[in-house]
Amino acid sequence: MTQQIAVFTNVGERTNVTGSAMFKRLIMEEDFEAALTVAREQVENGAQVIDINMDEAMLDSKAAMVKFLNLIASEPDISRVPIMVDSSKWEVIEAGLKCIQGKAIVNSISLKEGEEPFIRQAKIIKRFGAAAVVMAFDTDGQADTADRKFAICARSYKILVEDIGFAPEDIIFDPNIFAVATGIEEHDNYAVEFIEGTRRIKQNLPHCKVSGGVSNVSFSFRGNNPVREAIHSVFLYHAIQAGMDMGIVNAGQLAVYDDIPAELRKAVTDVILNTDPGAGERLVELAPKYSGMAQAERVEDLEWRTWPVAKRLEHALVKGITTFIDEDTEECRAAADKPIHVIEGPLMDGMNVVGDLFGAGKMFLPQVVKSARVMKRAVAYLDPYIELEKEEGSTNGKIVMATVKGDVHDIGKNIVGVVLQCNNYEVIDLGVMVPADKILQTAIDEKADIIGLSGLITPSLDEMVHVAKEMKRRGFELPLLIGGATTSKAHTAVKIEPQYDKGVVYVNNASRAVGVVSNLLSKDIKPDFLAKTKAEYVKVREQQARKKPRSKPVTIGRARDNAAQLDWDNYTPPVPKKLGVTEFKNVSIATLRKYIDWTPYFMTWSIAGKYPRIMDDEVVGEQAQSLFKDANDMLDDLEKAGSLQPLGVIGLFPANRVGDDIEIYTDETRKEVLTTSCHLRQQTEKTDFANYCLADYIAPKGTPDYFGAFAVTGGLEEDDLANAFDAQQDDYNKIMVKAVADRLAEAFAEYLHEKVRKEYWGFAPDENLANDELIRENYQGIRPAPGYPACPEHTEKKKIWQLLDTEKRIGMQLTSSYAMWPGAAVSGWYFSHPEAKYYAVAAVQRDQVEDYAKRTNMTLAEAERWLSPNLGYDPE
Amino acid sequence: MPNNAPTNNKHAEISAALKERILILDGAMGTMIQDHKLEEEDYRGERFKDWHVLIKGNNDLLSLTKPDLITDIHSGFLSAGADIIETNTFNSTTISMEDYDMASLSREINVESAKLARAICDEFTAKTPEKPRYVAGVLGPTSKTCSISPDVNDPGYRNVTFDKLVTAYVESTLALMEGGADLILIETIFDTLNAKAASFGVEEAFEQAGRTLPVMISGTITDASGRTLSGQTTEAFYNSIRHIKPISIGLNCALGPDLLRQYVEELSRVCETFTSVHPNAGLPNEFGEYDLEAPEMATEIIDWGKSGFINIVGGCCGTTPAHIRAFAKGLEGVKPRQLPELEVRMRLSGLEACNLN
Repeated sequence: MTQQIAVFTNVGERTNVTGSAMFKRLIMEEDFEAALTVAREQVENGAQVIDINMDEAMLDSKAAMVKFLNLIASEPDISRVPIMVDSSKWEVIEAGLKCIQGKAIVNSISLKEGEEPFIRQAKIIKRFGAAAVVMAFDTDGQADTADRKFAICARSYKILVEDIGFAPEDIIFDPNIFAVATGIEEHDNYAVEFIEGTRRIKQNLPHCKVSGGVSNVSFSFRGNNPVREAIHSVFLYHAIQAGMDMGIVNAGQLAVYDDIPAELRKAVTDVILNTDPGAGERLVELAPKYSGMAQAERVEDLEWRTWPVAKRLEHALVKGITTFIDEDTEECRAAADKPIHVIEGPLMDGMNVVGDLFGAGKMFLPQVVKSARVMKRAVAYLDPYIELEKEEGSTNGKIVMATVKGDVHDIGKNIVGVVLQCNNYEVIDLGVMVPADKILQTAIDEKADIIGLSGLITPSLDEMVHVAKEMKRRGFELPLLIGGATTSKAHTAVKIEPQYDKGVVYVNNASRAVGVVSNLLSKDIKPDFLAKTKAEYVKVREQQARKKPRSKPVTIGRARDNAAQLDWDNYTPPVPKKLGVTEFKNVSIATLRKYIDWTPYFMTWSIAGKYPRIMDDEVVGEQAQSLFKDANDMLDDLEKAGSLQPLGVIGLFPANRVGDDIEIYTDETRKEVLTTSCHLRQQTEKTDFANYCLADYIAPKGTPDYFGAFAVTGGLEEDDLANAFDAQQDDYNKIMVKAVADRLAEAFAEYLHEKVRKEYWGFAPDENLANDELIRENYQGIRPAPGYPACPEHTEKKKIWQLLDTEKRIGMQLTSSYAMWPGAAVSGWYFSHPEAKYYAVAAVQRDQVEDYAKRTNMTLAEAERWLSPNLGYDPE
Repeated sequence: MPNNAPTNNKHAEISAALKERILILDGAMGTMIQDHKLEEEDYRGERFKDWHVLIKGNNDLLSLTKPDLITDIHSGFLSAGADIIETNTFNSTTISMEDYDMASLSREINVESAKLARAICDEFTAKTPEKPRYVAGVLGPTSKTCSISPDVNDPGYRNVTFDKLVTAYVESTLALMEGGADLILIETIFDTLNAKAASFGVEEAFEQAGRTLPVMISGTITDASGRTLSGQTTEAFYNSIRHIKPISIGLNCALGPDLLRQYVEELSRVCETFTSVHPNAGLPNEFGEYDLEAPEMATEIIDWGKSGFINIVGGCCGTTPAHIRAFAKGLEGVKPRQLPELEVRMRLSGLEACNLN
């Protein structure tokens, strides 16, 4: 039953998320069945040890490692071979070792951070009885010369064997395999240094082994598998002779040494042994001859460059390739009578193809945005020439767009803008927080054809009503488009359309925008289209009117009689471990990205589906993967450059319920009220449930209870970053950076809530939830946000700002409509009670609104304005 | 063995003895207790008469409620010629004691059990100082498995974690040391990961106590497949636990000597340290009794001794002082197994051993 292994041990590398895109995808999608198949095939194909690595920023690596190892333990076909636990994170290695009954190998430890952590880790490995891969790495970096390789390994060996009694036969040195033939002279000798280092290690350090990641050596030839395989074989041929015992190799990526054509083998051998300075160049020249399939693909890749220039432009636009756009545009310009003809001719033709493909569902929004980037670059290239000839380009029409006053959200509006521009509409984008007067004046001055309004928070709905009224008052004739996350056909029909009679159209998503705009700008179609829309809205209004008495309102008195009854006699509210306000200014993107809920991100791009399943979707899967990669690349960049700094602040305070309010106190004496958080109660007839109000989740006076608040942003730099992309005509990344910042803000809220539950309030110290469980809110307590269904009134945010001193501490601001700036922001309240849950207040009646107005020091009219989406009656 | 095995006087003393002769381990505690047909009230005694769960079958608790019975059983094995007796602590970890809601008594039971064994051993040693008797503090496998899911529909699930096992074993080991154990015996290992946790805990306990004891390890081949319950072959099991440099590695329980022989032979071949065996008195019959008689069992055991397979031998389920007496007598003057010189190799394992050159 013993495997007597001769000469070289082959460590399987397929179960490594950093090395195998397929395995990574399976793990990310939690398709562990299929992931086990990868492991099984690897063993069947002769891997004598399997390397398992879950180091992926988007993964809970530790949880994935534990889960996978536990599953492997139940698969005798896989677990018959030893396991190599591979991670750059010590906690992942340690967690892995706790799941393995056999004698495993740890990959890896080193002197990279000095002796102390090295010794500590080696001692623990010894206690688990595992062998260890030791990298030739010290505080000066990775060893690249034979001397340094040997010196570091010898020092490591001495510490391990002599100082802590580590069995020498359990040490595997990895003296670092680096790429050769990179074109950089200093790299030419890397293979020789490895081979020589190996020889000295094996001669001088008894019983140890030498291993390495073989595929690194051929890295410069990626894409050319036949040559890579030849390099691996020749390299191993020499390294094994020098004493290399094992390696991480894809067995499928190894040529048989003797089968390598003599010419190629000679060229590769010269490179590996660095026989002369020309060796690398010779192999580079020879490589395409042996590249087989890979070569055919590459030729095909660039074949479009031989096409006529108009075709090339079309191809670049459809594929979103900016690489050659300047030279192709120049070629067209030189041939055209006037530069504007390039735009009106080939560029617009290309964009029409894009528009057709998009309309037919054969292209997706993010691709279209990339196309727009190519278009903008081309136009930017032509601009100086057009300027020179003082010509006006002709467009299909002119649209003024804005996010209304009090609102800062513009991701959706930007996308609509790009899509319209792609279809040769001129878009004048006024940005965010634009007052009605400025929108209307611009429309007049610019002789616009259409006005488009966008908004995300509920008060923006009222602002849109206001703009519509103003348009009527000022005698406008232009159609008005309405869009944005909280807008709806119902709201448009019931509240906005009646205010303005020259055409109001709700646009539910970006892809609909072009159709609507072209209808509105066509003299022939416009009357019919508007008439049809109007008729539709009349119908919606009738339906709405009929819908109203769906559930019967009750008086606020009766609603309060049916409040949720929590058993305060037999429940002691948990006391926060840390009362008061805490700032979070150093939480890294690296930490937060693990908490991201990706599903809404895809919705931003009009791609519907739940993450991670969406990545596999037959129709949009490929697009989703590409979007996901771009977002992660953006996160990588932001993380590396430190150009976006998430900021957050939380506060936990003594508090008690007084009626439907929550009194928040300065300290435990509960004498001085810091502020009072006011809440609304459900006011429809309930039979099986209570009439909920958030205040019910806080104990009445007499029982000490607590209450918290938080505010977070993805980073104050969000707008500047977006503007920088805008300046480069890069709409795609302009939208992307905002979408990513938005996800970070949400992730930050999730992260802080977990911190609060586990540490700062500390009522769930042992909670251990995976990200998907967090997203499903499988935890104790809630964090409702003002402006959302459980506490729909936005002005309550000012109390959060006051309690936390939010603006002073982290720079987040509130607009006149109580929208938060920056746009990527979340704020809300913390409730700890196990029975606390999310619900919608829904419609409230006049008696409650009158009472609420008193409690919040507003006039009835003011309260009705802020609560207008929730009013269950028609205000005076 | 590499040169840095834990050394102390006990280790040296017992090692020296093991080179001289085959040491005799005692027989079964559990089946001996069963023969007394104890009832619920016998287990409860005065102290636990009002305990809120049934505790009949909690044999380890008898160290507190019927200490004389335990001492008698130890005494019987010592009289029969045992050199090493095992403390009555097979189920005394906090994890196993949870079954009786007695986790909080774990420490006390370990300490008291070790003291009982210590006292009777010292009594015998005083009578015949040329044959010193040793107390092996027993760490059982617990009722949970760290590398096997108890739920066939959810193979990734575990009902105990490595860390929880380590915590329990640290506590038991410290208590056994406090009660006076000479050795620590990790036995009846059916899941090697549990044994790793035990050895991890033992080392941690040694570090906390500031001294070490020799450690014996004994795995269990559960059926004729020749593997542990968690699927490892004998050699794979050996590779998994050899790093703790135990004074002995062996096999016990589950099988009778006839079926166990081939695995004892394999272990003897691959093991760099002393070997131990304590098999059952055959497989249980239809009444759940072990009926391999002493002379019959002794024939096989003595043959192992003469074949040079073993250094320590005793009995598990169903073995009585009569069995132990027969082993002791038959092995008198038989030379113990010699330690083999094995090549230094990287000895990895999954379910199977993988020894690299």
